[in-house]
Amino acid sequence: MDKLINDFSYGLFFWQAIILVILILLLAKFAWKPILASLDAREQGIADAIAAAENARKEMAALQADNQRILAEARAERDAMMKEAREIKEKLIADATATAQAEGDKIIAQAKATIISEKNAAMAELKGQVSALSVEIAEKLLKSELSNKEAQNNLVEKMLDDVKLN
Amino acid sequence: MVFFGQSLKNSIAAMLLVLPLISNANPNHDAVHQHDNGHAPALETHGELHDTAEAASPKAKINEHISHHLQDAHEFVFFSDEESGEHYGFSLPVILVDNGLKVFSASEFNHGETVANVDGNYYKLFHGKIYKTDAAGTLTLDEHHHPTNEKPLDISITKNVVSLLLTSLIIFLLFTSLAKGYKKKGANSLPTGFNRVLEPLVLYVRDEIARPNIGEAKYKKFMPYLLTVFFLIWILNLLGLTPLGINVTGNIAVTVCLALFTFFITQFSANKEYWGHIFWMPGVPVPMKIVLAPIEVLGMFTKPFSLLIRLFANITAGHTVVMGLIALIYVAKQQLTTGGAIGTSLALTLFISIIELLVAFLQAFIFTMLSSLFIGMAVQEHEHHHDHDHAHGHDDHSVEDPEIPVI
Repeated sequence: MDKLINDFSYGLFFWQAIILVILILLLAKFAWKPILASLDAREQGIADAIAAAENARKEMAALQADNQRILAEARAERDAMMKEAREIKEKLIADATATAQAEGDKIIAQAKATIISEKNAAMAELKGQVSALSVEIAEKLLKSELSNKEAQNNLVEKMLDDVKLN
Repeated sequence: MVFFGQSLKNSIAAMLLVLPLISNANPNHDAVHQHDNGHAPALETHGELHDTAEAASPKAKINEHISHHLQDAHEFVFFSDEESGEHYGFSLPVILVDNGLKVFSASEFNHGETVANVDGNYYKLFHGKIYKTDAAGTLTLDEHHHPTNEKPLDISITKNVVSLLLTSLIIFLLFTSLAKGYKKKGANSLPTGFNRVLEPLVLYVRDEIARPNIGEAKYKKFMPYLLTVFFLIWILNLLGLTPLGINVTGNIAVTVCLALFTFFITQFSANKEYWGHIFWMPGVPVPMKIVLAPIEVLGMFTKPFSLLIRLFANITAGHTVVMGLIALIYVAKQQLTTGGAIGTSLALTLFISIIELLVAFLQAFIFTMLSSLFIGMAVQEHEHHHDHDHAHGHDDHSVEDPEIPVI
């Protein structure tokens, strides 16, 4: 210990202090500040890049979700449209069928009515002709029957008999 | 890592390069060495005879060499030839404050052998210290062999100051190039070349040392100090393992200075709660507050004191052990034969050097870590205090206060 204190070199201490101060100041200005600033800048850059990549990933995911959603929407829309079309088609067919049926029924009914009226007319005509014919026949028969006196008496007789019977 | 690989190479080179240095320092044993190379059994007994007579001498020389290495010096000596008394290296400027500045080259001391005459004042170098003396260079020693002569204030550019400047230059060049690399290619580009090694180290200091200890909100202000101190200590520790033979972080003046910086930064950035915890500890009864205050005040100083002692002791011990193990070649030559001594010494030194590489990093880490911990304790916000003070009393604070780790 005595030797240590005795050997203590004030000159060396003095130079060491001066050199250390100058070295710290010089290095701080020309080395440590730029180095640390660069290291910080790089670390910041890396952190930013990572954040940017993360953001891009999130955006990508969002975009993908969006795409999925749009696709699903489109599909739903298509399905709806197809369903609607099908319904329209069915409705059209049903409508057409119904219309045709109604039309047919109408035509049939009309035809039936025509047939009946035609039949009636034919029947009336037939009846008229039959009656005229029968009157003619009856006329001719009567003429021939009532051509002699005896036959006329017979007839009257007979008719009177019939009346008596009644 | 490239860094460790290079340092390992350096330390191996260091060990190999130190070998001739020590052999030159012991000419007596060099002679024995040559005898042994002859492989004559008769000569070995001759060597043993010599060894018993000179046993004290090499050990004392090794001790002197180690303590000399641990000290600062006024010249940069790479190796010396003791036989011819020649030292290979270069002298550094001496600056003395003694009635004005006295600046001259350390070569005038002739490694402590002659008296330097500057403007009519005489100075002599004795055990690494400069003393004022007369023309004859007489030094009066007290009973502890310490000269009682006047000691002028010595602010010379010593070996350690040169090493500090060199290391500062290395750090400055390394990290300004890293900063330029970012500027040139933009912050988002990865660094290239050696910068690729430096960047994780800076990140390590920021993310493992400063952030967790000081807290996210305030760590930025202290980053320049922590980074500078970390790299300064680490590179000085690593340079201490090279054959340059410098020992800066193992010098008490350097570690005192570093610890004082941490101390002042801690005290000046401390907030109200820190002082409150020191002088009027919340959450304990009043008598305890009075007892705790001096302990806490003492703690203010023991924390940085532990920093300076830890760094100094670790590095000094490391250098001493490495040099001692290299010296094993000479000390254990008789017991293990020359080859065996060299092999044992090399294996042990290699082992210790690898541990020293770890210690070099570990001490820089611990110094920075504890500095940031102390700063963190001084600046941290105890927001829960105000909320709990009125509602629950003070029971829970002693549990929540961070413990000082003992490393």
